[in-house]
Amino acid sequence: MPGRLASIALAVIFLSISVPARAATIEITMENLVIAPAEVSAKVGDTITWINKDVFAHTATAKNGDFDVTLPPKKSATSVVKKAGTVEYYCRYHPNMKATLKIEP
Amino acid sequence: MFIRWSAAVAAAILLSSPALQGASAADKPTDPQIAHIAYTAGVIDINAAKQAQKKAKNKDVKAFAEDMLRDHEAVNKQALALVKKLNVTPEDNDTSKALSKQASDKLAELDKLSGAAFDKAYVANEVAYHKAVNGALETQLIPSASNAELKSLLQTGLKIFQGHQQHAEHVAVELK
Repeated sequence: MPGRLASIALAVIFLSISVPARAATIEITMENLVIAPAEVSAKVGDTITWINKDVFAHTATAKNGDFDVTLPPKKSATSVVKKAGTVEYYCRYHPNMKATLKIEP
Repeated sequence: MFIRWSAAVAAAILLSSPALQGASAADKPTDPQIAHIAYTAGVIDINAAKQAQKKAKNKDVKAFAEDMLRDHEAVNKQALALVKKLNVTPEDNDTSKALSKQASDKLAELDKLSGAAFDKAYVANEVAYHKAVNGALETQLIPSASNAELKSLLQTGLKIFQGHQQHAEHVAVELK
């Protein structure tokens, strides 16, 4: 019996390692040429939902080249965060639209 | 009073466009006039973009012209919807006329250029033009607008045009 308990305990430990906390979905909105929130934290594996509420096309373009999402007017898109780091991004069409994504490992 | 006057003088000196300088010195424009000026300013950049689509060689310049066309058409579509909703008839005025005259002179001037010379001149003019329009929006058109929705559309327009100015400045640097 103790052997069985031990294997259950091991299984529990193993499961908790192999199934990490569920990935979250984070919404980032572009409206009236403002990116909100201007700074947001995410973890590797999280999904970002980019929502463009403007009648203008925008992009979310990472300065370090990590991502480049194009958002047609009034459309949304999703992308999965792949690499840790603090990424500054902007809209290529309107470079005065800037924000930061802090990605934890 | 003094501060206001100096701001107007500063704007008049800063603005490279003579037509927009005229706007700074003139009396406060009415909402129907402001709507006309803003719409005209958009049409001017649309026409410049159409010319660039035909003549530009550089791919960044071509892409920039496409962005201008798309954004200015979207802004003007919103402007038309707003004047319709507010039941305002845009009113032609000296500033709009001077802007259009200057713009057609510029189109004719750019039309004589080709290749890299055209690309450079178009982008340089886009930087100067957006700078002038932004100056006029900030110092004259937005403060003069009395309708809240018109003011808000002009404020969005200002952010769009400031973005275009930065975008044009980036392209200008790439061309050097």
